[in-house]
Amino acid sequence: MTAQANALEIQKLDAFKGVKKVTIEEYFTSGHRTCQGCESALVMKLMVKASGPRTIVLGSTGCMYVANTTYYTTPWVVPWMHTQLGSSGSAALGTAAGLKVLMRKGKMKKEPINVIAFCGDGGGVDMGLSAISATLMHPQYNLLILCYDNESYANTDIQVSGASPWGANTTFSPPGKKYRIMHTRWKKNVAGMLAAGHPGCRYVATVCASYALDMMNKVRKALSIGGPTFIHSFDPCPKGWDYDPMYSHELGELAIEAGIFPLYEVEDMKLKFYGKTKKIVEGRLKRKPVRDYLLRQGRFAHFTDEDTDYFQKKTDEMWEKWILPGVIPLRPEDGA
Amino acid sequence: MAAQATGAAAAKAPPTSKSDDQEMLISGCEAIAHACRLADIDVVTAYPIRPYDTVMQMVSKMIADGDLDAEYIVAESEHSQFEIVKHASAVGARVFAGSSGVGWFYAFEALAVTAGLRLPVVAMVGNRALDDPGAFGTEHNDALAVRDLGWMLTWVETAQEAMDNALIAFRVAEDPHVFLPCAVSVDGAFLTHSQHLVKVPSREKVNQFLKPYNRGNKLLHPDNPITIAPQVNEDWLIEIRKQNDEAMKRARGVIAEAYKDFNRIFGRNYSPFLEEYMTDDADVVLVGQGTLAMPVKVTVRKLREQGKKVGFVRLKWFRPFPTEEIQQSLKRFKAVGVIDRDYSFGSPYSGGVLYTEIRSALYDLPNRPLLHGFICGLGGREVTIEGVTEMSEILLKSAKSGKLEKQVAWIGVRE
Ligand SMILES: Cc1ncc(C[n+]2csc(CCOP(=O)(O)OP(=O)(O)O)c2C)c(N)n1
Ligand code: SF4
Ligand SMILES: [Mg+2]
Repeated sequence: MTAQANALEIQKLDAFKGVKKVTIEEYFTSGHRTCQGCESALVMKLMVKASGPRTIVLGSTGCMYVANTTYYTTPWVVPWMHTQLGSSGSAALGTAAGLKVLMRKGKMKKEPINVIAFCGDGGGVDMGLSAISATLMHPQYNLLILCYDNESYANTDIQVSGASPWGANTTFSPPGKKYRIMHTRWKKNVAGMLAAGHPGCRYVATVCASYALDMMNKVRKALSIGGPTFIHSFDPCPKGWDYDPMYSHELGELAIEAGIFPLYEVEDMKLKFYGKTKKIVEGRLKRKPVRDYLLRQGRFAHFTDEDTDYFQKKTDEMWEKWILPGVIPLRPEDGA
Repeated sequence: MAAQATGAAAAKAPPTSKSDDQEMLISGCEAIAHACRLADIDVVTAYPIRPYDTVMQMVSKMIADGDLDAEYIVAESEHSQFEIVKHASAVGARVFAGSSGVGWFYAFEALAVTAGLRLPVVAMVGNRALDDPGAFGTEHNDALAVRDLGWMLTWVETAQEAMDNALIAFRVAEDPHVFLPCAVSVDGAFLTHSQHLVKVPSREKVNQFLKPYNRGNKLLHPDNPITIAPQVNEDWLIEIRKQNDEAMKRARGVIAEAYKDFNRIFGRNYSPFLEEYMTDDADVVLVGQGTLAMPVKVTVRKLREQGKKVGFVRLKWFRPFPTEEIQQSLKRFKAVGVIDRDYSFGSPYSGGVLYTEIRSALYDLPNRPLLHGFICGLGGREVTIEGVTEMSEILLKSAKSGKLEKQVAWIGVRE
């Protein structure tokens, strides 16, 4: 008998078949204080709408903690607990392990309870990566880790993170007289890395709340498949990206259409593109120039044509040179 | 003479015939693993660092053999180790983790919030120097570092006491009047890895002593959909800190109560906070924590043979600090020497942590003993009979002259 032989029952959450079939109950309601147009707040709302009431949510430090849980005005209808900035993986693991053992030993009523831990890009892509990675290696625990990626350490006043796009103006990477570009790293490919490297994880997906139904259904799938799962959500942030809050959805769509953020899911190591990304991969949709996306945001206002061209070239590489376009950058030696 | 049957004396005691205890020759780490088994812990997390990690070797084997039913997670760091048990504790699981030296420090953020959230995590610290420079040996600065945060801290002398105090730790930590984490400190090598005869009680007896952990209305569960650790800021944080302070104060009474029950159920004769050794007619006493009690007791006996009235007081709980007990005890002596197996650079008088705390505890006494601080045994260096004799002679000289001989001295340091 192996030590992990006793998996718990899981909730069966079938996909919502169309917007009209989405449940009307809300589990993330009023009381939060995020910026106008905050896409991440919408992600919270949709995430827990998708998971339903028998869910425990753990949230790591960041905007979705600080702006969301002012004492006495919590928007969370489901049980919610803060976890440390680098601890979304451990929070999910500890919670799932606790529930599992208490039910096995008869100390708690047996029922499948969803466990979701969310983190920002700072908390997930940088600080908490090792704990997330470790957690995805434990197939005996049912849980979802959702990284809401607003491409900066937003809560601490918009600092560059491992998920910030190349060249972005943040408070830690301001353009100056000597150096126009202070942030010289390309965005870390976190979903691809986690999907490829974790044999214990059955499901990894990328989502964007501009496509709300798709997004919710990926959450439902992640929670129903069993074991540890990961979702990377691409979240326009009006404050950090510097644009009018009314354009959050549009910017999400533009990022997908320009091929900057590909939408895909990896289920049991099988890769499936979806939405507009699928059309791009199948050659049915031409990628929009990255320029259309970059020019809409103040964080790229210092870009020269040279910078925009570089951004385009690096984006093209994702689609033209990567062995799995937009997902896995490895390529055969002679194919360079 | 108020000496108790601990240490070498306890190890030699014949097994009591009427009890159903099992006698085992086991190390401090193994003793704590048995406490985990007897407490029927639910979630345990491991990460390797010497010398505490033997406890996890034992716990994992108990799970593999089916002697303990718990989720056993080998984390990828100490930070995760302590975050995992913190969250498991919030959903109602009885949890155990542990570490040593820099590993304990790697977990520091998690340790701070565990206390802040009033989660009754029980941990073992296998005391170890905070290397660099490289050292495996015992020093108390690792565990002591959490002294201000709301962790209860106890130091033990024998494997028996390690097991017993781990059981007491679960009981006190999980008491709803307390709900604070508790660390059992076990001196690296001297106790983590040395074997003693230990009376291991039955599950039934332990169940009489230790009721199931009940998180009550603070349980994180869909039936009780609370928000834990919201943003409270200046509006509420000071009130919450005050509640932690009250909980720590209440812990004193809860500990005393727990020892009463423990003594009754398991037939022991512990006093909760202090162990006094040959103090009844002593002029001077040494005070210390952990396994240095053994060489000190041996030296005290030797000095007694020479007619020198030396005694020893062993402090068993550092947090909550037994101020009144320490006052009542130490005011009886002419001179007191506090032995620190730790350092506190730049502290008042450059004494160790324990010295500084005891100095503070004695301040309000109308007649204070002459108080000395001795720093010794760092990095796991042995506390020797010569060293203890040197300390005792300093105390005796002070007692005789009525003048403080040397306020703080480092003992056994090569010049
Ligand atoms: C260990 C630790 N380091 C630093 C911080 C300060 N801090 C609070 S929120 C935050 C930003 C986190 O960024 P991200 O995870 O991207 O979330 P966002 O604020 O963007 O929503 C930081 C750095 C902290 N809370 N904990
Ligand atoms: S800074 Fe960005 S992520 Fe944070 S609340 Fe505002 S819009 Fe949302
Ligand atoms: Mg962020």
